[in-house]
This record gives sequence, C-alpha cells and structure tokens, in this order.
Amino acid sequence: MTTPTETYVDASGGDWDEVVAAAQRSQTDRLVINMGPQHPSTHGVLRLILTLDGETVTEARVGIGYLHTGIEKNMEYRTWTQGTTFVTRMDYLTPLFNETAYCLAVEKLLGITDQVPERANVIRVMMMELNRISSHFVAMATFGMELGATTVMTNGFREREMVLDIFEMVTGLRMNHAYIRPGGVAQDLPPGTVGKVRELLTEMPKRLKDMRKLLDANPIYLARTRDVAYLDVTGCLALGVTGPILRAAGLPWDLRKAKPYCGYENYEFDIPVSDGADVYARYRVRMAEIEQSLKIIEQCLDKLKPGPVMIEDPKIGWPAQLALGPDGMGNAPSHIAHIMGKGGSMEALIHHFKLVTEGFRVPPGQAYAAVESPKGELGCFAVSDGGPRPYRVHFRDPSFTNLQAVAAMCEGGTVADVIAAVASIDPVMGGVDR
Amino acid sequence: MTSNGQQGKPNLPEKDNLPRELGTQRINSPIARMGMFGAKTTGDTSGYGRLRVYRHVPAAAQRPYSDPSDPRTAYFDEVADALERSLKEIGTPYDTAISRVVVDRGEITFHVQREHLLDVATRLRDDPALRFELCLGVTGVHYPEDEGNELHAVYALRSITHNYEIRLEVSCPDSDPHIPSIVSVYPTNDWHEREAWDFFGIIFDGHPALTRIHMPDDWHGHPQRKDYPLGGIPVEYRGAKVPPPDQRRSYA
Repeated sequence: MTTPTETYVDASGGDWDEVVAAAQRSQTDRLVINMGPQHPSTHGVLRLILTLDGETVTEARVGIGYLHTGIEKNMEYRTWTQGTTFVTRMDYLTPLFNETAYCLAVEKLLGITDQVPERANVIRVMMMELNRISSHFVAMATFGMELGATTVMTNGFREREMVLDIFEMVTGLRMNHAYIRPGGVAQDLPPGTVGKVRELLTEMPKRLKDMRKLLDANPIYLARTRDVAYLDVTGCLALGVTGPILRAAGLPWDLRKAKPYCGYENYEFDIPVSDGADVYARYRVRMAEIEQSLKIIEQCLDKLKPGPVMIEDPKIGWPAQLALGPDGMGNAPSHIAHIMGKGGSMEALIHHFKLVTEGFRVPPGQAYAAVESPKGELGCFAVSDGGPRPYRVHFRDPSFTNLQAVAAMCEGGTVADVIAAVASIDPVMGGVDR
Repeated sequence: MTSNGQQGKPNLPEKDNLPRELGTQRINSPIARMGMFGAKTTGDTSGYGRLRVYRHVPAAAQRPYSDPSDPRTAYFDEVADALERSLKEIGTPYDTAISRVVVDRGEITFHVQREHLLDVATRLRDDPALRFELCLGVTGVHYPEDEGNELHAVYALRSITHNYEIRLEVSCPDSDPHIPSIVSVYPTNDWHEREAWDFFGIIFDGHPALTRIHMPDDWHGHPQRKDYPLGGIPVEYRGAKVPPPDQRRSYA
C-alpha cells in the first residue's frame, strides 16, 4: 500500500490546531484551499479555490452560480413593464442602473428614445448618480471591513444611508425600486426631494473628506493596497474588464462620455483616471467618481423643470399618476373620477385594464443598450417577437465579466492579497449569477 | 395544431383563411404562435382562434448601410468596407463569411457563417481600421421555429479606438449545436461561452473548459431554451390559488 498523497481537512468551524497540525504533517508543499462560498469576505456567495505554495497563491479559480435565480428566464413570462421588478434585483447595489439599462433597451425596441420627457431623463440621471455614490461607498465599506478596518465600514454604510433615505422618499423603497419604467419613471419626485438632495450635497463633501483622511495616506492601507492585484489596460481589455478597474489602469473610457444616454452629453463632468492599475488606484478612482457624481447631481437640480415624467403615448405610459390615498395605498383620485364618476369613460377603464394586464406590444427585433454602472459596462440585450412579453432578455453584467480577472490579479500574490483583489473588483453576486 | 381540428370553426381550406395581401415570403416564414387570448380549446369565441402570427424575419439591409438621417449609423459602411478588405487579405471571400447584414434601430448585425467566425473575430480585433478591442460577451437565443437555425449566438463588440459598436450573429441547428469558440481571440468570452452552453446547449468547439457555470454540474437540460418549462407550483394567497406564471391566462 502506498501512502496517501492527499489529505482532506474540514475547517468549517472546527479546531484550527487540527488544521495547522495537518498542514505541518503533510508531505506536499501544495495546499488547496476552498474559500467560500459562505465566507464573510467574498461579497456574497462566491467560491474561490486557491492552490497555495506556502503563502503564495499559485492558482486561483472562481466558482459562481450560488445565487442564480433565473431572472432572464422569468422575464419571458411577464410583461415588458413587469420586467423592471425583476432586473432591479440583479445587482442589488445598483438597482437603478439595472432598470435604466433595461428601459433603454425596451425604448430602443419601441423607437421612443427621443420621446422620453426631459424631466424623466433628468430624474434618471440624478437617481443613477446618487446610486453610484451609494454603490461606491459600499465598495469601500466592505473593503475596509475585509481588511480589518471597521471604522471604514461603519462610516461607509452611514454615508450610504443618506442616499438610501432619498431613495426611500422618492420610490418608497431603499432597494429593489422598480422606479424607472419603459417610457419614463413611475412617479414624479415627491415634494421636499430637492431640499433633501441639497442637504446631501452640502453634507457629503465633508463625509468624503473624512473618508479620505482615514484612507488616502494611511500607511497600513497603502501597504495592503499599493502594487497589489495589478492589471494593466491590455489585461483589462482582453478580459473584458470595464469601469473603475479599467480607468484605474489609465484608460479614460466611460460610456457616459463615449455613448451618451439619458442626456449625459449635457452635463459637465470629468472621467477620473489613475495609472496605478492596482487596488489603491481603484480606490482613488472610486473616490474621485463620487465627487464627480455630486457635481452631476448639482447640475440635475438646476435642470429639473416642471413637466411630465412619463411618455405621452397612452399606449405605453400608464394612465394614472398614483398618489398616496387615505388608506395608505397608492391610488389616483382624478383618474378614478375620470373612469368611474359622472359621465365616466368606460373606454378609459378598459384601456387601463388592458394596459395593466396584457401590457403593451413591442415591435419585433433586437436591441442592445448599455449604461456605465459603478462596476463597468452594464448592457441589456433584448429580443422581441412582437408580443407583450420579452422573447429573450440578457444582461451583460459587469461584475460577471470582471470576476474573470481574479486569476490574473491573484496568482503569484499572497493569500491576504486575494481578499484585497476581490474587494477591489467589487463584485455583487446577485448581478453575477442573475 | 391543424386549423380544421377545432370544433365550432368554419371548415375552410387553409389558404382561404389567410389575408389576401400577405406576401409569399411572409407565408413561408415560420409561425410564431397561433390563436389569441391563450385559448387552446373551443373556449375562445372571439374569432381570433385561427390567427397566425408569423415570426418576423428581419430583411437583409442593402448598401449603403449608413443612413444620413440617422447619426447612429454613420460608421456602418466604413466597418463593412474595412471588414471586406480585411477578409480578402486572408483569402476569405466576404460573401461566404457574412451571410447577411441587418441594420435596424441604429444597430448593425453581421450574420456570420460559423466556420468563418474565428477569422472574422481575429480580423475585427487586429485590423487597424477595425480594432474591436472589447468583446462584450456572447449570449444565446433559441428560435425553435427557425428550422435548421434554431440556436443563435449573439456577440456584441466594441471598438474603443474608433468608438464603434457592432453585433455578430451566428446560428447553428439543434441537431448539430456546434460553434467555434473565440476565447483564443477574446479571453473574456470564457465565462460567457460557458453561460451560453449552460443555458442553451451551444457547444463552443475549442473552449478550454466548457463546463456549466450557473447551474449545478449534474443538472440535466439547458434551462433557457424555449422547450424547457419554467416550472413552479401554485401558490395560495388569501384562499385563492395563483397558478405558476407559465400556466396563467395568457393575453398574447
């Protein structure tokens, strides 16, 4: 009998001395470690299979799929409007980007891109930029936590809360909004929104400054992030990596400038870049992007002019502007009066019923629409067969593509750097697995 | 479903049931669905029971591809010209490699023959006049009624140098679901091709490790194909039973 060459040690909540002893007993230098899928620093349920030679990672493989929910398949059985409720749950930290990408694709299929009201576009931009701030804060907060800096975590989540308060006020929910709809947005901004956003605009720069004080020149942070998980422009493009990682490698590529949508060409902002191509550079780019987002939000407030927030075409836009009723439910007194009151319009009732139950029909064809999400290019590819439901919807989620870079970033580095590398990609598994 | 198999419907020959103005092309195109309001039996008395909806087959675009009134299409001819010249350099006739070009909604789609896909992708990436550095992945679409071309693989490509955006579409039959892998040209397609295999069963020949990515390794079937049911169970809500989504009343 030959001696076994492989030893398996289950380290899930077990005795660590046993693990250490087994590693010392082992005759081989090669150690395969399974990190995740339930690991606090894997951003959800991500599984990393690391082959170690001492402290050095010689091979890093990624296992995904633990959060697959079949959103794309499910959407084929719902109307085009119901689709927003699904897509908002994909990358749950950037719900408004998911919704916008989807709605832009549907609008392209319908050929109504130019008919979306100006106010709806301004609201979309404002909500997206607020969302970019909250997403980047979570990226930095979780990153801090994973490196052991809990103050960064609590501060980051506190700052994000300011943004979520605005979301709750506007959409009714902190996450999973389903606020942006094909043709416009679900509702106009409630009174007091502008004041609350202005409050954020004055408060946020101070909070940003605090965050910068904590991290920008922190020697421990620098030691953990400088020259770690290096990936240059060539590597990024080969692996399809976009977003802050690509910009941190020095390429000023941003879809908001390159292929403007929702009227981004009318806003003045810069694309922050860095040439570090490491974890620290990605952090700096994200910080600078938050500052640029604040600049855009300020311009949005100036551009907010009264007007409709949904396309005029009654075949697409839902007829009612819902308001909060005395029973706490959403209803629209003027619309109810129109269909039910004296001389009520039966046709309006039928129309409303048909539009809500059956939905609108989309001419056959296919379209691809992309937005610059906080993580990179978020694309929506939609196919219609002419019916009231999508024939196929596919999302090119940036986290899914960016995660492929884990091997390129981690191999040759130490185990501790794997944590920093994954955190700097900022993947959200809800979007990766969809 | 044959049209004469339904009770309570006039027993007309099939050709008399079609509106007269339909072109031959449309009649020959595959039927996407029949009937309306989801009624599959005699329940539908609306007269829509015999309605046939044909699948839209986008017409091939003729040159010039660029439409002066639409700025989004400005570069389409440049890309097509450069691709034609570039393919000629490696001895591949453009017309055999590209079977059809579709221009629709400000987007251009090149329908590529699968045996030439690798050549086309390589030229698109490397030719200085094209320089499509960024591949945005591949996804599948299943058209069961498109006989002989049931499975489509759709690639989106982006050129950062020229700010171009194009789409490639490759099709293969269900009986021979093979498409060459372009991971050697665009490494980013590694996971995307695995996803398309997992969900549609398209086999990408030459992929380094074509395994399932989202579904468990021992899963049977490819869930996003149209012949794969959605599944689900009825849910009880306040005394009423709500059927699963694919068994609810269909209005289409």
